[in-house]
Amino acid sequence: MKVSYYPGCSLHATGKEYDQSMKAVSHALGIELKEVDDWSCCGASAAHNTNFDLSIALSARNLVAAEKNAMDVMVPCAACYNRFKTAEHNLKADKELKAKIEGVIGAKYQGSIAIRNPIDIIYNEIGIDALAVKVVKPLAGLKPVSYYGCLLLRPPEVCEFENYENPFMMDKILGSIGADVKNWSYKTDCCGGSMSISKTAIVIDMCDKLMGAAKEAGANCLVTACPMCMANLDMRPSSAMKMPVFYFSELMSLALGLDGSKETFKTHIFDPQPLLRQLQLI
Amino acid sequence: MENFLEEVNKKINGVPIQRCYHCRKCTAGCPVASHMEYNPNKVVKMIQNGQRDKILNSSTIWLCLSCETCITRCPNQIDIARMMDVLRQMAIESGVGAREANILKFHEAFLASIKRGGRINEMMMTVDYKLKSGDLFSDVLMAPGMFLKGKLALLPPRTKDLKSVKNIFEKTKSI
Repeated sequence: MKVSYYPGCSLHATGKEYDQSMKAVSHALGIELKEVDDWSCCGASAAHNTNFDLSIALSARNLVAAEKNAMDVMVPCAACYNRFKTAEHNLKADKELKAKIEGVIGAKYQGSIAIRNPIDIIYNEIGIDALAVKVVKPLAGLKPVSYYGCLLLRPPEVCEFENYENPFMMDKILGSIGADVKNWSYKTDCCGGSMSISKTAIVIDMCDKLMGAAKEAGANCLVTACPMCMANLDMRPSSAMKMPVFYFSELMSLALGLDGSKETFKTHIFDPQPLLRQLQLI
Repeated sequence: MENFLEEVNKKINGVPIQRCYHCRKCTAGCPVASHMEYNPNKVVKMIQNGQRDKILNSSTIWLCLSCETCITRCPNQIDIARMMDVLRQMAIESGVGAREANILKFHEAFLASIKRGGRINEMMMTVDYKLKSGDLFSDVLMAPGMFLKGKLALLPPRTKDLKSVKNIFEKTKSI
């Protein structure tokens, strides 16, 4: 299949491991990516916190750019995904707003393409059986908990993510590549990512709570699909609570034996390589 | 003239907040309720009581993380997360500013970075935030490591049609 690809700002900086592994995995699974031409920032938390019209317009500019490719757009970053889905929801529900925003961006919004996150594309378009067949290195000994966070899931009528209070797609994907996925009750709890820099003390407590719960569930790592959660959980837990955090796509790349799959582990803040070596996965 | 409740409801543009029957599900699910001086459902009540100044001056509205757990679980579909956005925007527009000043300064540094390059330059944005907030020294030891790992680029690619992004800021009268 062919889709448009919107990396967003994080995937070119602190979240570059996600970009690299997502591209490698997409290629291996026969998903052809075409980057959205001359994309700009989605506006993230800063826009919707301060100015509603700005938040919709910044996302709409990119949706219009993506529509030119006339293909569904893959948005790996959970934050960009949430902002795009929110813009789509509001533009489709409110004609007056749509006219106003089209005036602001100087272009027509068609609403003609689907905004999709890679978990949904891999689970629903490729399928976990087809994925399992391609595994060359099952992730034996790896005991992850799947952490979905907020922005992929909520609000449910906007994000349209399956089973938003107890999601399972990432769990199934990790299971199909040989990991011993642990169940836990904190899949959808917030890690505090948006205040990681401006309100650090509160955020450390939130991260510690998640890490503690993951350990209690018997996990030896935590897996995410969001660069905000990744940066936050990789950096903020207190030292006794830290444990390796991965993007689900990094683990897929490793299990599929793709070129460069070991490189992305080198740039994590909390080094996951000792765990992977101990399990003889790298 | 509209009262505070009518003003807030109009900006939320959804279910009127007086549908709240204070089941406190929003507060029970809120990950930062324990840090707030007014719980989310109390904010709803205070809006109905017309306590405009108290709310717009509160840290509560700035501590909300927009995790959207409240709207997800509200039995009356009241969009509490959007309500918090609206209250923050009213605090900015009315000149009250932000009780949690650094949170707003972070947003300002973030938006300034979009205006400059169309995309976020995380390195410059962080420096800008540190200068604005005066919080110069936290996390500085982390920066060199991140730079060496290629996570903080000095000059990441920018949006070519920068004018189209700047126009959006102008036309929406953003800060």
